[in-house]
Amino acid sequence: MMKRSVLVAMMLALVAAGPCQAMEAVKIGMITTLSTKAGYLGEETRDGFQLAIDMEDGRLGGIPVELLVDDDGRKPEKAKQIADRFIKRDGVKILTGIVFSNVAIAVVPKVVRQDMIYVSTNAGPSLLAGKGCHANYFNVAYQNDNPDEVVGKYVSDAGFKNVYLLAPNYPAGKDHLGGFKRYYTGTLAGEVYTKLGQSDYAAEIAALRAAAPDAVYFFLPGGMGINFLKQYTQAELNRTIPVFGPAFSFDERLLQAVKDTAIGVKNGSQWTHDLDFPANHLFVDAFRKAHGRTPTLYASQGYEAARLLGSALKKVNGKVDDLAALRSAIRSADFDSIRGKFAFSANQHPIQNLYIREVVKTEDGTYTNKTLKAVFTDHSNVYVDECKMK
Amino acid sequence: MLLFLEQLLNGLQLGITLFLMSAGLTLVFGIMQVINLAHGSFYMIGAYVAATVTARSGSFLLGLLAALPAAALVGMLVEMLVLRRLYKKDHLDQVLATFGLIMFFNELTRMVWGRQPLFMDVPAWLAGSVELIPGVPYPSYRLAVIAVGILVGVLLYLLFAHTRVGMQIRAGASNREMAGALGVNIRLLYTLVFGLGTLLAGLAGVMAGPILAVEAGMGESILILTFVVIVIGGIGSIRGALVGALLVGMADTLGRAFLPALFRIFLSAAVADGVAASLASMLVYILMALVLVWRPRGLIPAHG
Repeated sequence: MMKRSVLVAMMLALVAAGPCQAMEAVKIGMITTLSTKAGYLGEETRDGFQLAIDMEDGRLGGIPVELLVDDDGRKPEKAKQIADRFIKRDGVKILTGIVFSNVAIAVVPKVVRQDMIYVSTNAGPSLLAGKGCHANYFNVAYQNDNPDEVVGKYVSDAGFKNVYLLAPNYPAGKDHLGGFKRYYTGTLAGEVYTKLGQSDYAAEIAALRAAAPDAVYFFLPGGMGINFLKQYTQAELNRTIPVFGPAFSFDERLLQAVKDTAIGVKNGSQWTHDLDFPANHLFVDAFRKAHGRTPTLYASQGYEAARLLGSALKKVNGKVDDLAALRSAIRSADFDSIRGKFAFSANQHPIQNLYIREVVKTEDGTYTNKTLKAVFTDHSNVYVDECKMK
Repeated sequence: MLLFLEQLLNGLQLGITLFLMSAGLTLVFGIMQVINLAHGSFYMIGAYVAATVTARSGSFLLGLLAALPAAALVGMLVEMLVLRRLYKKDHLDQVLATFGLIMFFNELTRMVWGRQPLFMDVPAWLAGSVELIPGVPYPSYRLAVIAVGILVGVLLYLLFAHTRVGMQIRAGASNREMAGALGVNIRLLYTLVFGLGTLLAGLAGVMAGPILAVEAGMGESILILTFVVIVIGGIGSIRGALVGALLVGMADTLGRAFLPALFRIFLSAAVADGVAASLASMLVYILMALVLVWRPRGLIPAHG
């Protein structure tokens, strides 16, 4: 008798629990770069995003979510196919994760026209911030020019008057140097565009020495930046001409590949692991515990995207089909950002503080960034006026 | 003027690095008639092993000593397991198979060493710079690379011109069957030649390690230039590889260094820089096209 009533109670409990369990998880599709040399960028983005989900036991904002991840191999065509599959086969409504701007430009406009939400964790090309902006497109990281604008302003404020610029010869290279020049007030000792993917910079460094600038600013993502820094130090120019750059060449994983070479280099960023906000401590500690390494910028951006989506999902109670409600929930950005203050500008890119930081060696022999100061506070981007959002 | 001399040195150094790569590739191609796209992978293996051993032991020389046999051994294994089956096949099959090897090795390095690039520094005794030309300090390490390249060139010359193995290799290259009939163990010879080729690629990788980022896929960017070199020099010819490597090194470096200034004479600065940067990156291919129009088999073809 006793046994039977326990059994009935258990069955009742199961039935009661049923609807809750049956509530379908919200599917989020992550298209990111996990292979090629740049594969660690996607790895960091994914780990950051997943961490936010794990910290809530499979939920974001209390709503069960399922994260689908696929590797775009840095190829726009492949990314488009993945987006198609996520949308048509898997029934995904929210997409995120693209690392590279050229991939984002290929995927995002098509996706948002199909009434999907896209939240960018990294790529912030000017096209998508300006003329190509869209109500369904959000960028939680930065507009591409931001990390360069900080350094341009900082270098001018610090009294450098004759700066030498270096970037690869492709559209993003020109954009980034353009960002630097927007707030830089001095003269240019030279503006050099190198081959994309170039590994040897001996010729450029010799020309740089001959031009005798009082500072160098470079945008050379990935291995290009490592090569340039190593060779710059070997030419012993680092002792006389200080180097500046955007955060891209100085994340916590790349730094272990350049070590002493990068010490003292100042770079611009919207986030560093040492920012003193409670939400940031929580994130950095949890990430270190889960992965045994200090999170990079990219991990922070993945984490923030997840937390932003969590706040929105909570507001709409998991009902992602009401697009207008979901959009305005995301736009309100009602979450405790690890960057402190965070809000969306009219073109749905961040309004945030931007910092200058310096590469230092820690006591335990690793290399990391130390935040020096905020150069811009509540900074938006110049493309807001170009954006006519419908 | 000083800047020009310095850029000549830079061109020479790039040329020498390219020579180390192309000597091995052209040797394998000329003798075994096999197109080996995976040559860059052995360069990468050399760099990875050297970076790892150097980091563990703290000695660059130990890193070098470990990387050379490692690259040669992996090369000989690949020859025995994969390439041996491809000698009689079409060149297209060889290209496909060795392209597969590139992916295999890139993925393997990612699995073993992870995705982030490794660190490798210049050895302390080669850090700093020397004023070879007064007023122009030049990194000692790059001078060492030039010295090693010249040394390897001399050793290769001695090996081929003055030793029995060198004679057998040359015989095997001109006529495989005849050399076999005369008692040369062609199978063993091929394995050894391939090992020598990959050893040279590994050496180039070790030398590049302190200058460049040691990362998966680092072999591909130099591989393209290496192919340009052997096409210019004449496929299968070591002397051709030397001439081609120096030409490509000089053309690439001098183009990057001086084209912008040249274009600024008659164009506005912004336009000039854009055009010059684009032209500089095409320069070696233009050079290759010109050489091929003039001498379709390369500057110094291997067999007549």
